[in-house]
Amino acid sequence: MKNSENKGGNEAIASLPPSTESAIELKNITKRFGHVVANSDVNLKVRTGTIHGIVGENGAGKSTLMNILFGLYKPDSGMIFLNGKAVDVNSPEKSIALGIGMVHQHFMLVPTFTVLENAMLGNEGSMLLRSGEEVVLDRLKGLSNNYGLDVDFEAIISDTPVGMQQRVEILKALNRGAKILILDEPTGVLTPQETIGLFDILRSLREQGVTIILITHKLKEIMSITDTVSVMRGGKVVADFSTEKTSPEELAENMVGRKVLLSIKKPILKVGKPVLEVKNVSHESKDGVLVLKNISFDLKEGEILGIAGVAGNGQSELLDILSGIETLQRGQITVNDKTILPFQDWNSKKAREFGVAHVPEDRHKRGLVLPFYNYENSILGYHRNEDYSSGFLMDKRKILNFVDDLVENFDVRPRSSSISSGKLSGGNQQKLVLAREIESNPNILLVGQPTRGVDIGAIERIYADLMKLKSKGTAILLVSVELDEIMSLSDRIVVMNQGTIVGETNSSNATELELGKMMSGLEQV
Amino acid sequence: MSDSNIIPKWLSVGVIPLMNLFLAFCVSGLFIFFIGENPFRAIFVMIKGAFYYPGAIGYTLYYTTNFIFTGLAVALAFHARLFNIGGEGQAYVGGLGVGLVCLIFDQHVVGFLVTILAILGSVIFGAIWGIIPGYLQAKRGSHIVITTIMFNFIAAALMVYLLVNVIIEPGQMSPETRDFASGVGLVQLHILAKYLGLEMAMSPLNLSFIVALTVSVGFWFLVWRTKFGYEVRSLGHSETAAIYAGIKVSSTIIIVMAISGGLAGLVAINELLGVHNKLLLGFTAGYGFTGIAVALMGRNHPVGIFLASLLFGALYQGGTELDFEFSSITREMVLLIQGLIILFSGALAYMLNPLVERIYIKYYGNYNNA
Repeated sequence: MKNSENKGGNEAIASLPPSTESAIELKNITKRFGHVVANSDVNLKVRTGTIHGIVGENGAGKSTLMNILFGLYKPDSGMIFLNGKAVDVNSPEKSIALGIGMVHQHFMLVPTFTVLENAMLGNEGSMLLRSGEEVVLDRLKGLSNNYGLDVDFEAIISDTPVGMQQRVEILKALNRGAKILILDEPTGVLTPQETIGLFDILRSLREQGVTIILITHKLKEIMSITDTVSVMRGGKVVADFSTEKTSPEELAENMVGRKVLLSIKKPILKVGKPVLEVKNVSHESKDGVLVLKNISFDLKEGEILGIAGVAGNGQSELLDILSGIETLQRGQITVNDKTILPFQDWNSKKAREFGVAHVPEDRHKRGLVLPFYNYENSILGYHRNEDYSSGFLMDKRKILNFVDDLVENFDVRPRSSSISSGKLSGGNQQKLVLAREIESNPNILLVGQPTRGVDIGAIERIYADLMKLKSKGTAILLVSVELDEIMSLSDRIVVMNQGTIVGETNSSNATELELGKMMSGLEQV
Repeated sequence: MSDSNIIPKWLSVGVIPLMNLFLAFCVSGLFIFFIGENPFRAIFVMIKGAFYYPGAIGYTLYYTTNFIFTGLAVALAFHARLFNIGGEGQAYVGGLGVGLVCLIFDQHVVGFLVTILAILGSVIFGAIWGIIPGYLQAKRGSHIVITTIMFNFIAAALMVYLLVNVIIEPGQMSPETRDFASGVGLVQLHILAKYLGLEMAMSPLNLSFIVALTVSVGFWFLVWRTKFGYEVRSLGHSETAAIYAGIKVSSTIIIVMAISGGLAGLVAINELLGVHNKLLLGFTAGYGFTGIAVALMGRNHPVGIFLASLLFGALYQGGTELDFEFSSITREMVLLIQGLIILFSGALAYMLNPLVERIYIKYYGNYNNA
């Protein structure tokens, strides 16, 4: 139906004018939500056939800007130019018709459809499905070969690895005739190897004249693939750089607005006796999949053990079992000399009594009750504690005293006990959760994704708090998908893949490449 | 069921319910206009009927008492994000508790004690009728909305059977038990007033009203001041966070449903111990269902529930007057008006939120980020 204006794929790209011209130009874009200015007078120029990075902290206005470009929001003022022509992008349909494709952070695929059916969605080639499939398959094969977008067209999406799903998303955009591709945090779910593969694809797209906008918070990726980069802060573009003339330090400084210390001083401690011993733990999920297979490790006083791995390889389930959210099915856990056997009474309440604190991976769903006030959240899980209650009553005055100290000592902003925690920024929510768990004086702390969706300023603070806790002798189990984080915080690293521990290494002699290989399950150590 | 985050509380809790009410009155007014009566005169008659005539306020507060009980019952379940539609059945079975206690003991035990036991009976029987759906939800995953609706029917059928075949007063046709012994029951306030030397018009208003107010205070205390209330609200806002906090989800659900059912069961003390002095068919008269609208309108807070109950009490009482005063406004017409109010302030309670939010944001910006 849209075929006439939307030729798809190759010819469209080949007919583009050579670069130096700007593919996208945003002029004085301003967008307000009420009296909050999400984008203020933003100017952005992206040359045709380049990769342009946009970095900035959460709430800096990146997604608002991209949503404007994709037609989801209407700017209050300002103009958008595509290839030098002023356009009015008032809906995603219009934006797609104009040749803009977006690959969202969370993929927009139909899990029960095949790769082909997903990739053709939105440009089906014909009224009748069968003949359309032939046309589209031809076109997609061409695109796939050209750019190294290796996919299996017959496979059902839910059976394919995340990396392939992402390639399907890119194919889908190209099939709709995208000449400008926006990628939102594309590497969050990828292994280092898959990331390298993605970057190869992006480079070959660039060679053929596709313009790419890459939104990411990983400065290393910006440095390795982009040609130019814009830094956003507080709704404004505060700096534009040519990538080769800048450095991660300079970018970080511009993002935060001050100098930041990203390197961590690890206190050197003599590790003590093991406080957490995990022996042959296996776990079956509700749908009968074996998500953990024979996991064994131990964790000692004053030690940080990092668990590396691509998301979804059993780390979450492991945390759930150790923290008492899930029942232990097979194996044995010893916490502070107390042994937990399968199907024993083991729950979060008991875990806390045994001295296990838990900063959960998902602070919105688990760590906080978002509509609750800060003072209510500051005792979540510890509300039975006699410090905050007498009998069956809660002692509000004691709780308020406690939370006032908490937000002060852990720099939770705003320093208010009576604001809904849902209204705090991601970083401050995380500081609140971490503060609560640290204040319970645990001798084992389980931490999942401590800096997911957290701004750099808060990351600095969170790392410092973790190090302080470590130097007090607390054993810390750190689960993170951010390799950098694992490598810089941990003393020891174990790598998980498909529910098993595939390797263990000392953080001082670990390399990213080696860990990456283990994460992808290619190499058993 | 959650209130908006975009606009301040006084708008969502104060202004929007009044706007809903106003809309309901407008639509009702249109109907009254179409049948050829003056809507303004109708409102005037209603208000006079609910508050002005001797005893009118007593009648209004007597209805209010029922709505407080069922409103609180629905509200408590709401706090745990459970939709208890079964207030009607729980109140009905609560009546069975009252009836059984009175019939068994009133010949042998002193009336005061029987009354206390009967109150307990209403709570316990109502609680049982809440616990079963609660258990099925918590342990077997049967949806509470479906089971509580079913339990209303089961309660109705059970009561018909018992009242027609088992506990009916021998030798008579109407499905009622015999009268409770004379010392049993909650004293009506106008009689109490006379003892104290005060003059008060006759009405069915009785001590249950005081019970309702006391229970309201207790409700507030339970929900916002106790550990249990904290756990209930955690569970209601986020089950995953509740599990993380070590809160036992299934037992919390069952206890909440027990208390909720017990609250609904208290309707029976107002109706049976306070007024009818016997157990009879259909005494719940829809109070359990209206309780849903009361809880919604009162935003699950005892103060709001009291105000909403007062409104519905006035509607019930004023509606009767309307029926009496106008030949063209029949009982069915009054039901229609009550239905419209339930529709606008219950089922459509959040209809105006987007509009108010838009207007608010336009003039004052986003409250959330203020």
